[in-house]
Amino acid sequence: MSARQLQAEAMVVGAGPAGMAAVERLLTAKVSVLWVDNQARAGGQIWRGGPQVTGGALARRGADTLRRIEGHAELTLLRGHEVIAALSTHELLLHDGLGNRVQVSAPRLLLATGASERHLPMPGWTLPGVHGAGGLQALVKGGWPLEGQRVVLAGSGPLLLASAATLQAAGARLELIAEQASRTALAGFALRLPLRQAAQAAAMRLQLRASPYRAGCWPLRALGRERVQAVLLTDGRRQWEQPCDALGLGFGLRPNTEVAELLGCRIDAGAVAVNGQLQTSLAGVYAAGECTGIGGVDKALVEGEMAAAAMLAQDLTSLRARHRAALAFTQRLAATFALRPELFKLAEAQTLVCRCEDVSLGALKRHPDWREAKLQTRCGMGACQGRICGPITEDLLGWQARGLRDPLSPTPLSCWLPD
Amino acid sequence: MDQELELMINDRPQRVPAGITVAAALARAGFSSSRQSHSGEPRAPFCGMGLCQECRVMIDGQGHQRGCMRLVAPGMRIVTQEPI
Repeated sequence: MSARQLQAEAMVVGAGPAGMAAVERLLTAKVSVLWVDNQARAGGQIWRGGPQVTGGALARRGADTLRRIEGHAELTLLRGHEVIAALSTHELLLHDGLGNRVQVSAPRLLLATGASERHLPMPGWTLPGVHGAGGLQALVKGGWPLEGQRVVLAGSGPLLLASAATLQAAGARLELIAEQASRTALAGFALRLPLRQAAQAAAMRLQLRASPYRAGCWPLRALGRERVQAVLLTDGRRQWEQPCDALGLGFGLRPNTEVAELLGCRIDAGAVAVNGQLQTSLAGVYAAGECTGIGGVDKALVEGEMAAAAMLAQDLTSLRARHRAALAFTQRLAATFALRPELFKLAEAQTLVCRCEDVSLGALKRHPDWREAKLQTRCGMGACQGRICGPITEDLLGWQARGLRDPLSPTPLSCWLPD
Repeated sequence: MDQELELMINDRPQRVPAGITVAAALARAGFSSSRQSHSGEPRAPFCGMGLCQECRVMIDGQGHQRGCMRLVAPGMRIVTQEPI
């Protein structure tokens, strides 16, 4: 199959807030841009809308930016295209999801690949009706039906509230939002929020006022036979069952470092390492937003602008103060929503860790490391190629489950055959 | 979500709202799971963003398509790959 070849002066991977801010600045400087995103709709996990969800003021801001830049003559936007291989630091191979490959190159590359959810297995987490909390939000944005259904969101962090707002707008009945962080930790967080963010949080709470929110409460197992019927919860003293039709589990986010790893960028503490210019360890390769460390939309926006400025050899001084404030927020976020150790012990011996090959925690524990476990149990060798179970073994067993190879996601063989 | 379109799920015609994902179309058509796991457990879309592959189905003759990443189209033929 012949590969389409595209070139530009700059290339941006990811169409969330960071990518969007960068692309707008690059286009303003009259630089031609190749913009790649793996989703059918641009906006990233946070700003992407859908037929039944407009997503509030923040999403409108994203939609407005997108409208401004979408039709720009210097922009080539490739939606629904995934990076599957890196040919060099300035040349990537994409798959359009339909068996066609596209080869893209540019002298300057920005990785704005965002984050994905941290999943912590517990008994029953593979039942239909159990999803990631952000995953359920993403599904609902895509039209997933939840009208009138009883939903519990459990885990930690602001994503639970954002997901709750989307679900409620789609007609779900929110039975409970269970936040594992203690009430004391949350009170301290709210007090130290900058005014604008405090107002945003207050508005969200107001919107959700009919939904019970409980701090210091976490899930122990999902219950049900063919699908989820209830969740067993605890506050550390007693346990109780909460009936539900859907359960969203969200334990925070992890930077998406896969493309950076494939290129050979240095990874530090699970995030793409960048310098003050947001350049990675490789010349001409930059990174911005959640992939450099979880910090939310303000950090993503300012880093997107900074990276674009650096790529354009512009002065970054005027952006530094905003960046410092965003990073301070990041630290408060991490401290407030630090996960309690009990959450890493929810999985039992027979609980599946690898959903593709049905490998249990007990089966994995018989092996010393990721490599040996892969060879002996096929953990991480199924359809998802370790994207879900790899990070879980890092969290639960302390394994080093890196070592990515191309293709980054399942690709038809036709993409690899010579023209 | 005013507009609807017609597509085929396992050879049966189904009307769904335009603009939704294939995963959502299956759920709206009453499929409570998208595949069966190796040990025979029912599974349904989990991560919602293209990583877990639990939502994979065949679309227009092409296997291993992630239902959460593809939008519905008129006349689309969706086949759930494994017995449900």
